[in-house]
Amino acid sequence: MSGFGWAFARDLTLALRHPGGTMLTLAFFVLVASLFPLGVGADPQLLARIGPGVIWVCALLSAFLSLASLFADDFADGTLEQMMLSPDPVFAWVSGKIAAHWMVSGLPLTLLSPLLGLQYGLSSGTLVALAAALLLGTPVLSLLGGACAALSLGARGGGTLLALLALPLFVPVLIFGAGAAEAAANGLGAAPHLSLLGAMLLVSAVAVPFAVAAAIRIALD
Amino acid sequence: MNLFYLSSPSTFFHFAGRLAPWFFVLAAVLGATGLYVGLVQAPTDATQGEVYRVIFIHVPAAWMSMFIYFVMACYGAMALTFNSRLSAMMARALAPTGAMFTFVALWTGAFWGRPTWGTYWVWDARITSELVLLFLYLGYIALANAFEDPRRGDRAASLLAIVGIVNLPIIYFSVQWWNTLHQGSSVRLTGTSMHVTMLTGMLLMVFSFWMYAIGAALTRVRSIILERERRTRWVRALRPA
Repeated sequence: MSGFGWAFARDLTLALRHPGGTMLTLAFFVLVASLFPLGVGADPQLLARIGPGVIWVCALLSAFLSLASLFADDFADGTLEQMMLSPDPVFAWVSGKIAAHWMVSGLPLTLLSPLLGLQYGLSSGTLVALAAALLLGTPVLSLLGGACAALSLGARGGGTLLALLALPLFVPVLIFGAGAAEAAANGLGAAPHLSLLGAMLLVSAVAVPFAVAAAIRIALD
Repeated sequence: MNLFYLSSPSTFFHFAGRLAPWFFVLAAVLGATGLYVGLVQAPTDATQGEVYRVIFIHVPAAWMSMFIYFVMACYGAMALTFNSRLSAMMARALAPTGAMFTFVALWTGAFWGRPTWGTYWVWDARITSELVLLFLYLGYIALANAFEDPRRGDRAASLLAIVGIVNLPIIYFSVQWWNTLHQGSSVRLTGTSMHVTMLTGMLLMVFSFWMYAIGAALTRVRSIILERERRTRWVRALRPA
């Protein structure tokens, strides 16, 4: 996997030099999750029931926010073209970029989720299941979203188009991710949902980088 | 005859123009027969009463919504591997018809669900995945039209169609994988649990919708060809002097 390393290190360095993007993602996550109790009422029982689903939807939207810039900035200034010229396989450095995107969006969201879970009054077992589901599910979001971001490079109607492409593909992850926390909250095991999420992660980690590579080739044609 | 003869847009334009009316005629004949068998001849269902007759539209529309997506993805794959212009145009021409059938399947399902299940909509696995299919169609259409260069849109949308095909087995097997409200299939290759007249009516409607889909796609691909090739000599020659 030569190519994974330098792309990962580069994107991570860039993100750390401009921490504003990650901070915005996290602020959006906390802000949207705080809007729900104000909107639906602060009844503790209701909040504990809808908590896992709400936190998942908020995490999904926050992860989606930063997708647009995953390839677009490098596409605009020609970096993507230079990367294409490197001798390393495209799927390798694409995987590196997506992994770096997850490190600065999905991972911090996962680490922050127990805090929001406490605000919603979730039990400790539910919190663990929620964090585990986010840990397995958010990389899948980064992968699938990366494919959609690469497909919509240079398209009209950028963000809205990206939402129309990516959000339907996120549905299975949302169902099983929220299902894991829901099952834990109801005293059932979260293991089947987590296994399915893990399976999705493995399949998409192997297959999606190739689709992203094909999409970038189309964009640079 | 050379198979690649038809892959040129100019020859296919005339070929499609000759074939399309026949497919519409077939669709009308099969549809009229199917509706007669389904609405007049088929017996009233023992448990559901007359409401079940929605299936003569609902099931064929649902089948076609998935089948058209599959065919569209196949055309997309051909467009990407052989870099053929006409395959991508066919994929584009199929998308609106597929989206229409998906919408019809959801709509008729809602009308059937109200008297039978007591609700227009449930968040059941099959209904949700069919809704996702509708969004996939809409995303495909939006992406295909989002670029200045139509060829760029062709290729990007073809790739999206291929990625989205993972949803098809989820829709098809959802009633077996999850034990939810939508009932399992009554029609199997090894025999069915339906009355033979009901099955005949349904199959007639399936073939009618199929023929309509082909006719509509051929008609639509003709306009796409004209739009794309408007600067070529053969299109200018079509214009009456």
